[in-house]
Amino acid sequence: MSLLTPDSGLLFWMLFSFGIVFFVLYKFGWPVITKMVEDRSQYVESALEAAKEAKLQVESVREEGAKILAEARNKEMQLLKDGADMRDKMVEDAKQLAQVEADKMIQEARVLIQKEKDNAIKDIKKQVALLSVDIAEKILRKNLDNQPAQIELIDKLLEETITN
Amino acid sequence: MNLLKSILKYVVLLFLLLNVQLGFAAGENNKAAGATEFDVREAILEHLADSYEWHIITIGQKHISIPLLVIIRSQESGWHIFLSSKFYHGHDEYKGFYIAQEGNYKGKIVEKKPSGEEIRPFDISITKNAFSLLLNSAILIGLIMYVANWYKKKNQNKDYKTPKGFIALMEIFIMNINDDLIKPCVGKDYKKFAPYLLTVFFFIFFNNIMGLVPIFPEGANVTGNIAVTLVLALFTFVIVNFYGTKEYWREIFWPDVPVWLKVPIPIIPVIEVVGIFTKPFALMIRLFANILAGHSILLGLTFLIFVTVQLGPLINSSMTVVSVILSVFISFVEILVAYIQAYVFTMLSAVFIGLARVEGHHQH
Repeated sequence: MSLLTPDSGLLFWMLFSFGIVFFVLYKFGWPVITKMVEDRSQYVESALEAAKEAKLQVESVREEGAKILAEARNKEMQLLKDGADMRDKMVEDAKQLAQVEADKMIQEARVLIQKEKDNAIKDIKKQVALLSVDIAEKILRKNLDNQPAQIELIDKLLEETITN
Repeated sequence: MNLLKSILKYVVLLFLLLNVQLGFAAGENNKAAGATEFDVREAILEHLADSYEWHIITIGQKHISIPLLVIIRSQESGWHIFLSSKFYHGHDEYKGFYIAQEGNYKGKIVEKKPSGEEIRPFDISITKNAFSLLLNSAILIGLIMYVANWYKKKNQNKDYKTPKGFIALMEIFIMNINDDLIKPCVGKDYKKFAPYLLTVFFFIFFNNIMGLVPIFPEGANVTGNIAVTLVLALFTFVIVNFYGTKEYWREIFWPDVPVWLKVPIPIIPVIEVVGIFTKPFALMIRLFANILAGHSILLGLTFLIFVTVQLGPLINSSMTVVSVILSVFISFVEILVAYIQAYVFTMLSAVFIGLARVEGHHQH
């Protein structure tokens, strides 16, 4: 049957055309495409790798930044605390100084007051003595009739004044 | 779904109307022509076979076809190159050459010797299949080079871009065959054989698909021709055996079987040697038979229309509808077959190459 016997002419043309197709595509077709696709996938892979690395780097930079920031914040806090301490100390010192001064002044005032008081008492005593002499004079003038009593009184008074 | 249904309804209706009319016309025509019987077998075989001209249509008794180039070398008168239209559709003689109507060389150009004996000249005419083959090869080269050039241009700039549209489709297609078929089947040095296997795949697939396009200049039964599949199988045969490793040959001539099976009478080596030839032979027959069968079914379904003309317009039109629906269905199946057969041929070639590339793994 003719369908099953290969025809020489067609064999020739088939060899010819398949040979050419094979040669051309082998030389210029497939390698270009497959190589390019493989290169591209490699490139994509490396790009992904690089992106991962960059991400890691960014992460580390960010961490470092956070660290620096935290440090700065700590320092700031420290400074603020120091300032507050100093201020407190100064206030304390001033208070103490003021206290001492005040104490001194009070002491002086007290001494002065004591002195004044003593003076005043002395004055009063003097006045009282004078007054009592006056009063005694008056009383004496009135009650001179009673001799013995007078003498007794005078003695008493004398005694008192002397002891005083 | 509704839209589809209504479209289908109109298509069927249209076909019915058209074919009732055509049926009547054909019926009358047949009666006028003396009701010549339509020989289905002959017609199918004629369409499957190669020819020297591209028959397009026959209107009444007038054949319209495109003449192709005849290139023959006679032992006596040397080279002759002329158009096949000189034969007037095979009925005439030209310079002593004519197309045999019967005998061993039926349908082929023969030369009559003075002694009255018919001999076949050396014939490399560009027949229908050869023409289709050359055209498809040119288109295939064009397509792949177009894709390759795109990559070349992009590669120069080191500008790795992913393609879009047609080139992206081709990339997926090519890389799918490359990575999922050739790579696992051949093994580790697949890169050496990938260009050949890719060529085989796309050559077969492209010719298969083009064989399904029913209008000129496609539709020739290229991959369903045994000469074509023979060359393809021959290529695989040569590559497999040319690149066969020592281990491959050892396994053929001194396989790991009990000694009595190979020493006095080399039973197993003989079987193995036969196996070298049966593998590509199976490749050749498989592709040839599958594509031939597909074309036969499509032709048979189409001829259903012409066969039923005699049975009256009603049967004829209903059979036409059946024929069209079945043809559409089979065409879809054939598209699938076009891919599967290309895939199978490539896969088996890859497996054979992979088997021929075995490394010695036993100690002897």
